Amino acid sequence: MNIAVNALAKDARDAAYALPLDKLNVAQPILFQSDTMWPYFERLRKEEPVHFCAESEFGPYWSITKYNDIMAVDTNHQVFSSDYMLGGITIGGGQANVDPLPMFIAMDPPKHDIQRKIVTPVVSPANLQVLGPIIRERAGKILDSLPIGVPFDWVDKVSIELTAMTLATLFDFPFELRRKLSRWSDVVTAAPGFGIVDTMEQKQMEMDEYRSFFNGLWNERVNLSEPGGDLISMLAHNPATRNMEPREYFGNVVLLTVGGNDTTRNTITGSVVALNQNPDQYDKLRARPELISSMVSETIRWQTPLAHMRRTAVRDFEFKGKTIRKGDKVVMWYVSGNRDEDVIERPNDYNIERENPRRHVSFGFGIHRCVGNRLAELQLQIIWEEIMKRFPMIEMAGEPKRSYSTFVKGYEKLDVVIPTRN
Amino acid sequence: MAKIKYIEHTGKEHVVDVPEGWSVMEGAVKNLVPGIDADCGGACACATCHVMVENGFLAKLPPKTDMEETMLDFAPEVTPNSRLSCQLKVTAELDGLTVRMPVSQH
Repeated sequence: MNIAVNALAKDARDAAYALPLDKLNVAQPILFQSDTMWPYFERLRKEEPVHFCAESEFGPYWSITKYNDIMAVDTNHQVFSSDYMLGGITIGGGQANVDPLPMFIAMDPPKHDIQRKIVTPVVSPANLQVLGPIIRERAGKILDSLPIGVPFDWVDKVSIELTAMTLATLFDFPFELRRKLSRWSDVVTAAPGFGIVDTMEQKQMEMDEYRSFFNGLWNERVNLSEPGGDLISMLAHNPATRNMEPREYFGNVVLLTVGGNDTTRNTITGSVVALNQNPDQYDKLRARPELISSMVSETIRWQTPLAHMRRTAVRDFEFKGKTIRKGDKVVMWYVSGNRDEDVIERPNDYNIERENPRRHVSFGFGIHRCVGNRLAELQLQIIWEEIMKRFPMIEMAGEPKRSYSTFVKGYEKLDVVIPTRN
Repeated sequence: MAKIKYIEHTGKEHVVDVPEGWSVMEGAVKNLVPGIDADCGGACACATCHVMVENGFLAKLPPKTDMEETMLDFAPEVTPNSRLSCQLKVTAELDGLTVRMPVSQH
């Protein structure tokens, strides 16, 4: 870490500890973009793990910051609703200027259960067996095309490329247009004026293009007598979703795009950042490539590609000595749960040899647990197996540019150099 | 102690003495029997300790809670004798239990 980064971290710590506890507001995108939210969470975990913040740009909200408390909220879907009509699953959901989109992650049982089960076969063990060799071939081609000794953006050339290809396959989306999927995925979660889109009008225009493109794919497939195995055909041919409102179809498309793209993409980038910041771990991985699978899980914990999930209380509820009121917004900070020193030993260390690397909260728990978790791990596993065959080192050539978001914890850009091939 | 046989999807068998009070999941994980992930650590919150109960023991087990029912509902390869092994507390009565594990835990 360079001096400027260290100074920034120290300032953030001073700021986080100087505030009166009731004024502490960690839900500021700028803190995530500058990677300086850590001391806020550290203080919350220690001093008030279930914390109410009365004022923020997202309105009042509760923060849940400890691992086991997050698990308790996540598994209590009877009290803590995901319903999009109540605000859905992000801290920004339910604001007056945002029209909520129905999607199954933002629904409660029974409808959630029905829709989730329709798309689950796409990530079944059998389908992953089919996808594995396809992903491997693509990963190999991507890596073989990278320049040697010249800086390039890893996010653009590798992370986006691989995950966009996988997503195109899942949707059976026109392969040559696959980068549209990554673009739309970025636009959906972007705040206008912070890099991805300049204005709300531009965002709306791109969302309209996104929607009408997917309506076209639905129309193409809904009347085929032999439905394909892609996600759109699954929705278009299942009696439970065949007649859903176009809005609800689009909501589910958005969910599958963001879920199937942003998260894995940012964890692929995160793996390069983590290994560069921890060269001893990179050495260990080179010496013992069999550690790739635990490195993958450790990176998913360390990165936490979705920093939070939000719920809304549907009745008053006593929790850890606090009274959460009906209608209150409750934010489970996965990014903090994954650094909970009571559950994870030396949680700030990046350690690819943890005894139980899969003990992390990045996928969530309970009925909304990430449906694509094994596909995410598979893509990371494969890209690293193929990297290790080819390159001794992917070297960071500058600090990463992080996303301006309290939800998507990711990277817009990461310049790297590959000094040499094996 | 109860003797429990864990059978991997490949057919490989592991017979382990599990102390009473542990869960069937713990019996596997703490004895390094592969095939059970138990990502949530035994909270009935992830369905990665899915097993299929063999040899007539199903009736000796406590009924599923709503949460176990729900989590199993989302797991692949579920059969009528599927259970989440973190929810099965080992008692003397379970001596001789056999469980099969699925190809992978999702």
